[in-house]
Amino acid sequence: MLNQTPLWKHILVILLIGMCALYALPNLYGEDNAVQISAGRNAVVDSSLLSRVEQTLNAENIDVKRVEFEDERILVRLKDSDTQLVTRELLERELGEDYVVAMNLAPDTPSWLEEIGGSPMKLGLDLRGGVHFLMEVDMNSAIDKALEDMVGDFRTALREEGLRYRTVRQESDHVVIQFRDEETLDSAEFFLKNRNRDLVFTEEDSLILEARLSEQRILEVRDYAVQQNITIIRNRVNQLGVAEPVVQKQGADRIVVQLPGIQDTARAKEILNATATLEFRMVDQDNDIRDAMDGRVPPGSQLIDDRQGIPQLLEKRVMLTGNHIIDAASGVDEYGIPQVNISLDSKGGNKMSQGTKDNIGKPMATVFIEYKATGDRDANGRLIFEKNEEVINVATIRARLGSSFRITGLDSPKEARDLALLLRAGALIAPIQIVEERTVGPSLGQENIDLGMQAIMWGLAAVLVFMLIYYKAFGVVANVALLTNLVMIVGVMSMIPGATLTLPGMAGIVLTVGMAVDANVLIFERIREELRDGRSPQQAIHHGYDSAFSTILDANITTFIAALILFAVGTGPIKGFSITLMIGLITSMFTAIIVTRYIVNAVYGGRRLKSLAI
Amino acid sequence: MQLLKLENTVNFMKLRVPALVLSTILIIGSLVSLSVNQLNWGLDFTGGTLIEVGYPSAANLDEVRTELTAAGFADAVVQNFGSSQDVLIRIAPREGVKAATIGDQVLAALRTGEAGVEMRRIEFVGPNVGEELTEQGGLAMLVALICILIYVAMRFEWRFALGSVSALAHDVILTLGLFSVLQLEFDLTVLAAVLAVIGYSLNDTIVVSDRIRENFRKIRKGEPEEIINVSLTQTLNRTIVTSLTTVLVLLALFFKGGALIHGFATALLFGVIIGTYSSVYIASSVALMLGVSREDLMPPEVEKEGADLDPMP
Repeated sequence: MLNQTPLWKHILVILLIGMCALYALPNLYGEDNAVQISAGRNAVVDSSLLSRVEQTLNAENIDVKRVEFEDERILVRLKDSDTQLVTRELLERELGEDYVVAMNLAPDTPSWLEEIGGSPMKLGLDLRGGVHFLMEVDMNSAIDKALEDMVGDFRTALREEGLRYRTVRQESDHVVIQFRDEETLDSAEFFLKNRNRDLVFTEEDSLILEARLSEQRILEVRDYAVQQNITIIRNRVNQLGVAEPVVQKQGADRIVVQLPGIQDTARAKEILNATATLEFRMVDQDNDIRDAMDGRVPPGSQLIDDRQGIPQLLEKRVMLTGNHIIDAASGVDEYGIPQVNISLDSKGGNKMSQGTKDNIGKPMATVFIEYKATGDRDANGRLIFEKNEEVINVATIRARLGSSFRITGLDSPKEARDLALLLRAGALIAPIQIVEERTVGPSLGQENIDLGMQAIMWGLAAVLVFMLIYYKAFGVVANVALLTNLVMIVGVMSMIPGATLTLPGMAGIVLTVGMAVDANVLIFERIREELRDGRSPQQAIHHGYDSAFSTILDANITTFIAALILFAVGTGPIKGFSITLMIGLITSMFTAIIVTRYIVNAVYGGRRLKSLAI
Repeated sequence: MQLLKLENTVNFMKLRVPALVLSTILIIGSLVSLSVNQLNWGLDFTGGTLIEVGYPSAANLDEVRTELTAAGFADAVVQNFGSSQDVLIRIAPREGVKAATIGDQVLAALRTGEAGVEMRRIEFVGPNVGEELTEQGGLAMLVALICILIYVAMRFEWRFALGSVSALAHDVILTLGLFSVLQLEFDLTVLAAVLAVIGYSLNDTIVVSDRIRENFRKIRKGEPEEIINVSLTQTLNRTIVTSLTTVLVLLALFFKGGALIHGFATALLFGVIIGTYSSVYIASSVALMLGVSREDLMPPEVEKEGADLDPMP
């Protein structure tokens, strides 16, 4: 018999739709105004903090919906945005600088849905409000710095090896070494080649040797410059108190920073651009620290607190600044004791060696200097920054130090990691500049959502009415498919972690609504034709679906190609549009062909029919 | 219910010469406008700064201009956006590293005049980023056309492929031409819309080509021109219904989607209508002119195993 579907196929289709519907469900629950607390630099979020937060909220009679503790953060859900503001200020005051207190919109997904991984669609910044920055790392200065290091490094190495050179100098993108005779050049070339396998050496003439960075090395330098900037930006973003920041590499030399919910872009920019530096200084042992704490600080020295708040008396003279640091990495020594390995550039190595040779056995302090926004503004409305100095480490100099040394005596691997991070953050970085900024205010975001929803609703209503009038019973079937399609798009968008709904994305959904019925139009027109040609209703249905299939497939594949290309070259909102378009194409094929067929079969299949309501 | 009850085949191809002449004129007109007026490139492509602010009551644009001039932004373009309370300010890209802070400076300047100014959005695009986008956008369009050409050539035949791609090029050029003639702003979302037009128009063309191929195989007699007419007539209802539903949703988008999505909806509305026309008149006419024939569309003969052996006695 024609037009009957086996039961298992029905079940499969229903299961698939059911799954999409289930994952689309969290979008119906809306969001709570929430305040999120996460750990700052030297703090942990634990259950004792949880009770402290709860007590504070109780004491101030704040109407809390729920307080949650998971993934090392505490989420305080509140009834409205006014209490949210009050609560944030309260908790910020109460918890102090050690914790990051941020406002957030937390999805109010029921726990049973959360357990199976359900979450609402992620909204793009054009719908949520917030700031998007695209920052470009100045690669030229990163490469310049690498070449500069090469010059110093060659000089030292050749001198130590007893190879006499005339000059070593940097020239645009390479380093030129000039020798007095051919013989020295040959042995120097042999020596340097063995020593620096990531460099390319060429003999310019019999007395001049040129060294270039290999492609591989250039890539490494670039990559390192970007990674270092990302690390630093992440640190700073944490200061801003943003709930779900995105800091990501884009392309070869760019970094995307997205800060949902941030309004004050000026502040965000100033904090992101704030600089951190490091200084190595000797601890002043000639004077008594107790005198200094009583107010008699010797003129050549200064009191600086360490991370536990205990003051240290340091010499004012700076032995070395952080911009000579090339790299700092945490690790363990042969006995498993945590340490931090530091590499300096050649200039820094010389300075370090000069500074430490007479100070063996004495303690040296590492000072981290940060410019933090105080939250106050000066007369011109500019933010006032406060110089923040902190001793992050005191270590005894064991030997004369060179361009690579290590700090040991750290308490834990975590401390080693933190120290390495701070050292890197204070190192010279390739400068960055903002090449693109998009800021959307909160009211515009909400307005965009409302407008997008309205467009979808009106478009949908128009199509539903039209199909109903035009195809009668079959129109109902197509409408069911269309609605199923919408649910599936939302479900799939919620399931895919990288998919973000943007305003153009909503436009994509509207367009999909209009174009998705095309498949049904094709099928139904075919059925009508078959009926006109005198086939029986059952045969008309059968042939209608069969012969329309390849047309629909071709038409959709070609549109998919266009959407895919859009996805590949587009950024941000355009990607959002192409994602919804692609998902819509796939789900609409499924609903318009398979779902309608099964419904039609279930209604008309296996019966004798005189006519069809089409 | 049916839109058109067609008893007889409509002789579409009779009008193919006038249609081709019309399209050629429109294309030339678009190209001339594109080279003379060029496109009104949006911020995404030119770089620069754009600030949208909301005033508590209807904004006085002259005052806004005076305030901006006082703050050193004499070149700012100030206009209403969407409503009389919304103001859009554009500032051309300028030299200097501090370009990224222009948005904040403008906002500060406006707030001296009216403290209740609400920041709705700030967009800043560096000049390099814009240049890259223009290149990428052009490239995207080209790659899309080539990929589609290859796919259609594989699935159908090179004459159809050329036919559909000329239809697509036709649609893209006319849509760009419309934006150039009316000097509507061409931003990233409009580029996305143009690519979506490619997708839509292709959809239409494929459906028609598919039917032509089917009819060439089914109707053994008949000139190519006749068969194309038959196919176009058979698919006419579908073509109109689909265009209608798409136009319906686009109208919803145009009127309800807000000012930000206006360009997008305009490009698509125009593109869909042009695309419907081109799938009938451009794609089929080009295939016809290139001499499409029955032989080209026959399914490849499958050689049966042992077919050339003598039948067993």
